[in-house]
Amino acid sequence: MKFLCLECDAQMEFDERQQPGDGTFAAAFVCPACGRRIAMLANPMETQLVDSLGVRIGGRTLDAEPFELVRSKVVGRDGAFVEQGEDIAGETAQHEGGGRPRWSEAAQDRLVKVPGFVRGMVKSIYSEYARERGIVEITPEIMDRARADLGLEGL
Amino acid sequence: MTPMRTYREITGGDRSGLAAQVASQRARVAARLADVRHVVAIMSGKGGVGKSFVTAALATGSAKRLGGGIGVLDADLHGPTAAHLLGARGPVRVDAEGVEPAGGSGGIKVFSMELLLPDGAPLRWREPSGDGFVWRGALEAGALREFLADVAWGALDLLLVDLPPGTAPLRDLGELVPTLDGVVAVTIPSEESRRSVSRAIQVARGQAIKVLGLIENMSGYVCEGCGKPQTLFSGDAGTQLARQFRVPLLGRVPFAPEARPGVGDAILATDVIDRFREVLSG
Repeated sequence: MKFLCLECDAQMEFDERQQPGDGTFAAAFVCPACGRRIAMLANPMETQLVDSLGVRIGGRTLDAEPFELVRSKVVGRDGAFVEQGEDIAGETAQHEGGGRPRWSEAAQDRLVKVPGFVRGMVKSIYSEYARERGIVEITPEIMDRARADLGLEGL
Repeated sequence: MTPMRTYREITGGDRSGLAAQVASQRARVAARLADVRHVVAIMSGKGGVGKSFVTAALATGSAKRLGGGIGVLDADLHGPTAAHLLGARGPVRVDAEGVEPAGGSGGIKVFSMELLLPDGAPLRWREPSGDGFVWRGALEAGALREFLADVAWGALDLLLVDLPPGTAPLRDLGELVPTLDGVVAVTIPSEESRRSVSRAIQVARGQAIKVLGLIENMSGYVCEGCGKPQTLFSGDAGTQLARQFRVPLLGRVPFAPEARPGVGDAILATDVIDRFREVLSG
């Protein structure tokens, strides 16, 4: 898919992507010649169609997580997956140092609201984001920043 | 106004790199299966012929001979049974490297949607209301792709893919796994099954997928009273299909209500497994 600025006859460039969490999707494109910005707004059905292909409009900045599609789209049972660092019962192991970030209570409260089937995957994304940046504690503010930086709006 | 240029006239790349993303997905499947020596699909084109049962029995019988290195991927997303048949249970462990398959009887590695769903619950997708017919097929193909690409099978001698009825999943599998060794078609003796399996074999060949052989399931039963073989379905689909398509009939499997795949030799006679191994090795 390409976008063309008819005034400038120039191909527009991808600018940003937003998923407000209501099942819809928005992508902004900008003309490199005149700076005009346009938004492509997709309804839930169109958003789902793109998601079902396992691709990202605007390109990927990170490789897909294992089972990214299955874990985000299947209505599965809680505890179907055990993440690294969790025991088989799904309890989070205690991490003592080792560079692993801890979760503030407020961040844990927010994490609890994520459906159990995908919670582990969401948690690992935030943890990895924090670890790579040397962040020792994950707070709701860090989660917001990660969502914006990684294009994970909706998580 | 300047005439509007077409997609092909704009020489700049697709900014989203969608084609590259799809290529990357396929490369991920290829990389994951690089250590799998043989990938074989079990298909029928018709439901209710005991395809999953035969898959489990082939896996069990092969594992007994090879001592491991066997995997079963249950591609039947809506009617998954492989995990139950092979005694595999969740939860499954996941890390950045992938998803660990569950362990089944005989050391067989298993992955199935059954491991992820609530007990007895049907597969449901998180979806916007309505219009599911537009994207549901793509989601199912995507789930199969992730099963192939993200399950950490490790080194296997044989990965059996248990396909659901119908021919669309076979087409998806053939495109996702160009190195697919081939398919084994399962039929029951009836004329209705013969017709369905015939169509499925033609689809396979149209995709340049080799048909390794046929297994006729529920091929009669042994009467408990007199001990003699009895007919369960009229027809001779196994022989007819083998003749029509010039493929080997690997064997006939009698109906045995008490049989369990965990005792694979009791279900598939040793020579069936041996013939399967022979056609697999070419």
